[in-house]
Amino acid sequence: MRIAAPLIAAAAMLVTSFLIFAFLGKEPLNALEVFFIEPLSSLYGWGELLLKATPLALCGLGLALGFSANVWNIGAEGQLTLGAICGGGVALYGGAHLGTLALPVVLIAGIAGGAAWAAIPAFLRTRFNTSEILVSLMLVYIAQLLLAYLLHGIWRDPDGFNFPQSRAFDERILLPLLLDGQRANLAFPVMLVLAAISWVFSTRLFAGYRMRVGGQAPAAAAYAGFSERRNVWLALMIGGGAAGLAGACEVIGPIGRLQVDISPGYGFAAIIVAFVGRLHAMGIVLAALLMSLLYLGGESVQLGLQLPAAVTGLFQGLLLFYLLAADLFVGFRLRRVPRVVALRA
Amino acid sequence: MTDRPAVARLILRGITKRYPTILANDGVDLAVTAGEIHALMGENGAGKSTLMKIVYGVTRPDAGSIEWEGSKVTIHSPAQARRLGIGMVFQHFALFETLTVAENIVLALDERLTPAALAPRIRTVAERYGLPIDPQRLVHSMSVGERQRVEIVRCLLQSPKLLIMDEPTSVLTPQAVRQLFDTLRRLAAEGTSILYISHKLEEIRSLCDNATVLRAGRVSGTARPREQDNAGLARLMVGNDLEDRPLQPREAGEVRLELKDFSMAARDPFGTALRHINLEVRSGEIVGIAGVSGNGQKELLAALSGESIASHAGSISLCGRRIDAFGAAQRRALGLGFVPEERLGRGAVPGMSLAENTLLTGSHAGMVRHGVVQRSVARASARATITAFKVKCGSEQSAAERLSGGNLQKFIMGREIRLAPQVLLAAQPTWGVDVGAAQLIHRALIDLRDSGSAVLVVSEELDELFTICDRIAVLTAGRLSAARPRSQLTVEAVGLLMAGAAQECANA
Repeated sequence: MRIAAPLIAAAAMLVTSFLIFAFLGKEPLNALEVFFIEPLSSLYGWGELLLKATPLALCGLGLALGFSANVWNIGAEGQLTLGAICGGGVALYGGAHLGTLALPVVLIAGIAGGAAWAAIPAFLRTRFNTSEILVSLMLVYIAQLLLAYLLHGIWRDPDGFNFPQSRAFDERILLPLLLDGQRANLAFPVMLVLAAISWVFSTRLFAGYRMRVGGQAPAAAAYAGFSERRNVWLALMIGGGAAGLAGACEVIGPIGRLQVDISPGYGFAAIIVAFVGRLHAMGIVLAALLMSLLYLGGESVQLGLQLPAAVTGLFQGLLLFYLLAADLFVGFRLRRVPRVVALRA
Repeated sequence: MTDRPAVARLILRGITKRYPTILANDGVDLAVTAGEIHALMGENGAGKSTLMKIVYGVTRPDAGSIEWEGSKVTIHSPAQARRLGIGMVFQHFALFETLTVAENIVLALDERLTPAALAPRIRTVAERYGLPIDPQRLVHSMSVGERQRVEIVRCLLQSPKLLIMDEPTSVLTPQAVRQLFDTLRRLAAEGTSILYISHKLEEIRSLCDNATVLRAGRVSGTARPREQDNAGLARLMVGNDLEDRPLQPREAGEVRLELKDFSMAARDPFGTALRHINLEVRSGEIVGIAGVSGNGQKELLAALSGESIASHAGSISLCGRRIDAFGAAQRRALGLGFVPEERLGRGAVPGMSLAENTLLTGSHAGMVRHGVVQRSVARASARATITAFKVKCGSEQSAAERLSGGNLQKFIMGREIRLAPQVLLAAQPTWGVDVGAAQLIHRALIDLRDSGSAVLVVSEELDELFTICDRIAVLTAGRLSAARPRSQLTVEAVGLLMAGAAQECANA
């Protein structure tokens, strides 16, 4: 049933989208075709699918390790932004001097940036017992403002007609494409390798076991003497690092420079990806592909049917909503309660 | 007992209930007459709870019929059962700690009343049956025994014709048990039938008129408990003779675990502060700590296991080393084993397999090498535990939550004992465990002692402590009495110490 629930949720999302298209006055079958089939009718389209799935899966993999350890980092978007700032900064100022080392250094800077941003909620949680949910979320907006500050200020392209964006990076720093004629790049296979590593981590390594115990039964973790602080730090470092890597890959991948909009909410959508993928590495890769298709479909119906961009978010929300509902009904069943005992206190 | 009308109040015929993996009840017949105290006995998983859930309308049988006062009925819900006149006192109380007695009782009644209107009725019933409780008192300030009185009064307010009691004495002091029995006898004399679920043979013999014994879902026999000895009753339950192995006297060795003038403040408003505790547990001895729950057991065990390293006065030493600042993992590495009171969620991770749960405390026993989990080692160890402790389960891949409480306890106990700890802490080692399993656990603890380990058992069951312990101390309101050799103590003396504590708590 744990595997059936996401499938049921996806089916329910399809049925609802059918109704929504009909309500919006579009021929539903045609709209569904434009949404789900048309984006994949070309090599370029498939490339886009992998391209967008990559940051979603990277963020999702990192978050899932945390979620299974009861660490609720929902600020992957901010960590991704910091990864982009650090990776992009290195690319801007060190790109020419580093030669062949440039690419790995940029990626490592991205990982370090994301992890450093995630270290803030980790420190506050382990030191002051603050909620990592709120802290990591609020840091998203700070990260985005920090990026905008840099791009409106010292990093602004002097030849950029005052647009808030940096100079374009050196061609040699950009991630190599997988095939000509599309935009998916080296980040996709790197993500697949990391997915395999995360699977090994959580199923074969003692550190992963400790995190799962901490998530499923905190009292048992305390009984066994597994440190909660260590779990929190590990979860946030891995989650932040993975999101930072995704951010760096975006700016030295399809974007090629730093700009204000570097992510259409990948870090938030990755939360849905992690849950639809059942916090399992393989599932997360598949869920990222599905979520990526929703992004592409959203763009496709904007162009083809003049529907608003909000359609993408609507479909993503529907998917998560139905998944949570399906999970609830796997465990519980509805029953009419004949009479409620009222109180006159 | 003399001339009761032979009206059968409740007759169950051929009750059968099948769950996906198990036949919980298989053609069970049972008859209770008016004013009879009828014992329902059986091991864990024998089907007692299922049968009572059927009578109380929580689940419905797949086959069989229920007759209530001569006419056939189907009981759809607990509300209907209450309307028929069936009341049930559950093993685990369902009371809101922040509400008063009267408010709690109003919530549970099917009538609509205000707590104030109900208070006089509560007082009347409470006085009539010798169950002194004050309707205005807040539940959190009450001892376990008093809370049970609230549950009983709650049932009695509906003047039940049949009262079901599910293992009511597992949390009571000997004195409170006697008081409860007086109440039950008075109820029976007035014509109330009582179904009494227990596996404590002594109690059943002193209280019950008749007994029905379940084994693996079937009635394995009926008996008149007063005419049977314990061995005979146990035979009906377990199916074979229990062999008792007395504790062989043994010279204790060096001190393994030592608390010196240990004091620790309570961490939450409902916790108990520990005060000036001195305790020594030596190699080759079992020391028992008696006392009613809530007198500091939880706090003492957490302080010993290293799960809560709060600021304290005094010292803890393990095998001669100060371990005050050591966490649970460090203490375990030094040879401390611990079987906690809560099995599911603390002693074992519910959703993980028994093999994975072996890894919980087995990382030093070759199950982790260079940070990599050695899954075959963990599996083999889990299999060995399952065989040695006769754990009933599918395999080592079964999830911990699929095991019955008694079987999981056997597994956790076995897992800890197989690690050959220098010192083993065991909290309520046989709580809710049937006679056969309890004996297995007792024997394992004694074997561990004989092999030279130091064992500390915290239990509310005095019989248990008197069976397996070399020395016994009593924990009352956070203070520990000196541990005295068992031969110098009587159940009465220990019981009085325990009860004194309960009184003190109640007045606090």
